[in-house]
Amino acid sequence: MTRRYSALSLFKEGLAGQTGWQPAWRSPEPKPSYDAIVIGGGGHGLATAYYLAKNHNITRVAVLEKGWIGGGNTGRNTTVVRSNYYYPESVELYGLAHRLYEGLAKDLNYNVMLSQRGMVNLCHSTAEMEIGARTVNAMQINGVDAELFSPEDVRRVAPIYNFSPDARFPVFGGIWQGRAGTARHDAVAWGYARAASRLGVDIIQNCEITDFIIEGGRCRGVQTSRGAIRADRIGMAVAGHSSVLAAKAGFRLPINSYALQACVSEPVKPILDTVVLSPGCGVYVSQSDKGEIVIGGGLDRIPSYAQRGNLPTLETVIAGLLEMFPIFGQLKLMRQWAGIVDVVPDSSPIIGESPLPGLFLNCGWGTGGFKAIPAGGTLLAQLLASGKHNDISRPFDLDRFASGRLIDEAAGSGIAH
Amino acid sequence: MQIFPCPFCGPRDETEFHFGGDAGNIRPDGADVPIDRWADYLYLRTNPKGTAREIWVHMNCGEFFVMERDTVSHKVLSSAALGGEHAA
Repeated sequence: MTRRYSALSLFKEGLAGQTGWQPAWRSPEPKPSYDAIVIGGGGHGLATAYYLAKNHNITRVAVLEKGWIGGGNTGRNTTVVRSNYYYPESVELYGLAHRLYEGLAKDLNYNVMLSQRGMVNLCHSTAEMEIGARTVNAMQINGVDAELFSPEDVRRVAPIYNFSPDARFPVFGGIWQGRAGTARHDAVAWGYARAASRLGVDIIQNCEITDFIIEGGRCRGVQTSRGAIRADRIGMAVAGHSSVLAAKAGFRLPINSYALQACVSEPVKPILDTVVLSPGCGVYVSQSDKGEIVIGGGLDRIPSYAQRGNLPTLETVIAGLLEMFPIFGQLKLMRQWAGIVDVVPDSSPIIGESPLPGLFLNCGWGTGGFKAIPAGGTLLAQLLASGKHNDISRPFDLDRFASGRLIDEAAGSGIAH
Repeated sequence: MQIFPCPFCGPRDETEFHFGGDAGNIRPDGADVPIDRWADYLYLRTNPKGTAREIWVHMNCGEFFVMERDTVSHKVLSSAALGGEHAA
């Protein structure tokens, strides 16, 4: 049986007719009780289970997923990894995720195809350049790599941008983060699943939560489509469906769910080797390893749980894309889809114990959850293991909405919402 | 393009409308409103999956109204002028 992935095992399996590979994760029947339950088999949920086992030695853990793992927003995002945020609390959080991403393939023994190709947030006016300089300074002071780009620098990394004199959004410069890039989204889910499963975590798919078991004012387990499963510590990482589960647990969250759509073109030869975001056009673009142009934009403006995009927003996004890159005018779109994102008023996540003791939250990532997966998992795992906040997660507790200590990253989220 | 019914102007394109929050989220009154009640009013949302009662504004005529909508199928169930309805 081949357990470890390496060039040598690939070679050996090639000689042995590929007969020794085993499933990447087990699919056991759920047990009646666990030390901890994680609801949601996306990146955040699987990472939580992995770090519970790895960092805290808690291996009697179940991940309960209503569909298939990585089938929600983890499989629907635009795969960008970055940490170009403004406030120190956010830099700590996304910086942790970014550092963990850099070592993730080795840590998980799974190639997550992290490609640190750099990302530029364009500035389209002198006023935007001043804000850009302020952001770059803040990032540098907070210890994250950032560089203020001149128009020549932008031309060097994105020569196909619309630099014509009559461009609607001319380039005055940009905010560059060289360590930013993309990762293979499915591989992140599958890598965490495989590593967690090997440490003893039960990954249970097609298992939908129907209710919470509440005894003595505490959460003691969940009723599921596959029977009751008990645990004294339960974490939920279900993104756009957080309010639905919260209603079952008897509380409300500061969340509205919206569809965020994205699309990819047919694959073409390498033409764009960085991530480009234009706030003016409301679009960001990268090219996948397969050659597809991956296009993301703003939220659909209608609260929704339908995992499909609306046409007016798609039209706005495509118009913005062609303003940025007229050369893409002949591209054919191959797929278009949407994920349901949990948008919070200050565009920062919610990490902490819920109003129902024993139930812990990892939600509110809105449009930017993928880049934060390793940090969301690390921090929720620590909360589940110890019941206490890490210094990094403390500012993101639900109590900030009563205390007024909001962390307003509306700009850091990159796209208006 | 989805068509939303404005109670004043009739059926119009979805792009002419803006979402205004949960219907029935009434601003607390008085000087001694507890912090949690303020946080509830300002930030907490029902965010239902399925039938939702929402405040919308038709930006062309500027009128606010209550629309009942299904957040999964996007089907519009009803649309009515605000009136005292909002308190319900």
